[in-house]
Amino acid sequence: MIIAVLLAPIGLPLAAALTYAAVGWHTRTSAWAGVVTTALLAADALSLAVTVTRHGPVQAAGGLIRADALSAWMLLGVAAVALLACWASPAYLSAGHTSPRSARRYGILLHLFIAAMAAAVLAGNLGVLWVAVEATTIVTAFLVGHERSRTALEAAWKYVVICSAAIAIAFLGLVLLYYAARHAGLASDQALDWAALTRHAHQLDPAVTRIAIGLAVLGFGAKAGLVPLHAWLPDAHSQAPAPVSALMSGVLLPVALYAVLRVKAVADPVLGAGYLRTLLAVLALATLALAAVLLIGQRDFKRMLAYSSMEHMGLIALAAAIGSQLAVAALLLHMAGHGLAKTVAFLSSGHILHGHHSSRITDVRALATRMPRLAALFGLAVLALLGFPPAALFASELGIARAGADAGLGWATAAAFALVVAAFAAIAVHTASMLLGPVPAADATTGSLPAAIGAAAAMPLIAGLLGVAALGITLGPVTNLLHAAAAIVGAP
Amino acid sequence: MTDISYPLYLDLASGLFLLTAVGVLWRHQLSAMIRLFGLQGAALAAMVTILGIHQHSLELIVVAAGLGALRAGLLPYLARRALGDTPAEARETRPVVNVAASLLAAAALTLLAYAVTRPLVALAPSPATAILPAAVAVVLIGFFTLVTRRRALSQVVGFLLLDNGITATAFLAADGVPLIVELGVSFDLLLVVLVLQVLTTRLRTAFGSSDLDELRELHD
Repeated sequence: MIIAVLLAPIGLPLAAALTYAAVGWHTRTSAWAGVVTTALLAADALSLAVTVTRHGPVQAAGGLIRADALSAWMLLGVAAVALLACWASPAYLSAGHTSPRSARRYGILLHLFIAAMAAAVLAGNLGVLWVAVEATTIVTAFLVGHERSRTALEAAWKYVVICSAAIAIAFLGLVLLYYAARHAGLASDQALDWAALTRHAHQLDPAVTRIAIGLAVLGFGAKAGLVPLHAWLPDAHSQAPAPVSALMSGVLLPVALYAVLRVKAVADPVLGAGYLRTLLAVLALATLALAAVLLIGQRDFKRMLAYSSMEHMGLIALAAAIGSQLAVAALLLHMAGHGLAKTVAFLSSGHILHGHHSSRITDVRALATRMPRLAALFGLAVLALLGFPPAALFASELGIARAGADAGLGWATAAAFALVVAAFAAIAVHTASMLLGPVPAADATTGSLPAAIGAAAAMPLIAGLLGVAALGITLGPVTNLLHAAAAIVGAP
Repeated sequence: MTDISYPLYLDLASGLFLLTAVGVLWRHQLSAMIRLFGLQGAALAAMVTILGIHQHSLELIVVAAGLGALRAGLLPYLARRALGDTPAEARETRPVVNVAASLLAAAALTLLAYAVTRPLVALAPSPATAILPAAVAVVLIGFFTLVTRRRALSQVVGFLLLDNGITATAFLAADGVPLIVELGVSFDLLLVVLVLQVLTTRLRTAFGSSDLDELRELHD
């Protein structure tokens, strides 16, 4: 029974991918098969969350697959964003006049991508986690290059080369960790198992572990969009189809940071909290500074959303550096809130792109008068991302700030929030210039208004916004899950 | 193989392993780079075979055969196919760092590798861990190739050097990682190379050549 619950999150998307491989993508029928399997995935994630909250961690396949409260929380996030992205995909593909062949490939790759992310959060072994994260790079490469334009191909190339190299560096870190673990007396099948590593942490050689952990954090951090190997992120996120951008930004970046958290849980007992705290705080502040600077002069609204993701990942990395239970709880809430809000922002930006055939901020004017429904959705999503209540990001940013002050990282937290304010101002100005202002004279004379978003296409976006607001108002039944998850990696 | 000659053979294989990486930095011709990469794959397989014979482990010898087939056979073959119908004398024309400076950088990176691997060697001194610096040097040289070369294919070769270095580290330090991870890694590597091969073909149709200097459209 529990094996079925643990394997379903990987098996269901694989089944959807097989369906698309067999019958192709048909707008009225098989396009919705992926929505059904993803809804089942969400139901399965809920039942797994209930199980681990009541009975603690569960595992299958000799510990290769394991779920504790942290995995269950991440799986819920993956399922929620995947559901919104799959729900929005039929509208996106029919608006883009995609050929049946590339629609079919899109269906296959999208669901393989979801399966890989589910495998990553359910892996009980750092090696398997690594393989799953690397698999996400491979399957998303062609999703990024889906449009086959020169810019999309360029983005796909940079994405594969930088991410594969970065993740190879993380693998070198895991190899060295395995070396240290074998010399600490762990059996070869236990030496990358994070539960066993945490139990035997005090026996690991500190000098080797220090090198290993540094490499692993840099490698997985690059996949999460942290400097110095971040250059792929704005290109890939701006060139990918909107539902794919939503998945990459909303859950792939958090999954990579989840890997950093697992590595941190192994490292802290060996090396003390100071080592990773310094490393992560430096990476976080550098990422925030870079994102804030590039947001100010931004001319492309999809790239603006991509740099906003880097800003949020920087903030999450700072929370990981703080490392107290409050910080980790705020971090996990921030991941969930950012995932939902960024999904809505990317999906609505995809509709704006289709309406204007341009992603330049200056080409979009007076959206609030010309396409009020779409403007409201995009505007609300950006407000949520900026941290206005009742969005969950308001509560989580408050939590991170408080945890930072409590943990004696006051200067770093203050610097980080100063940068967040700069990014806030830049995003607010750019968004206001897109939404407000008089209707351009060219449009008023020719009357060539872009098609408005239909009610069916707006549904997943509204659902996402309701989700992020609900999380900000009350955690309700998932409170216990969040606290249990925070206790796993957070220092008491 | 006697116990006395074992470190000798291992050192010889690791020397070839490092030398081929330096050779990639030295040569301009893409086809020569791929040949050197194939030779490095053979040196890696030889290294793992020597470890296997020394430890009387049939499993390691079988793994070495698989490694050799993948890294000295299949991957160079795929890279050569990605070269496609571009002229045989296709060259890395304007690397970001010229050859003389690249070779000096390789020397500096090798010294760096010796410096950072000291704790690794100290944890379990043995003939196998003694050559860990060479493996780490190949990782660094591979990364250097990746960031300083402009042709799409030389970047792929840089990535593959990086990966060879990591695999060598895994076998020298800990006789390889668990089999399921090793299989996953090899499979991933193969897929990455296939993905890159498809992308190079598409880049060539879109841009005319796969000189990444042309990739200038996305920037801030």
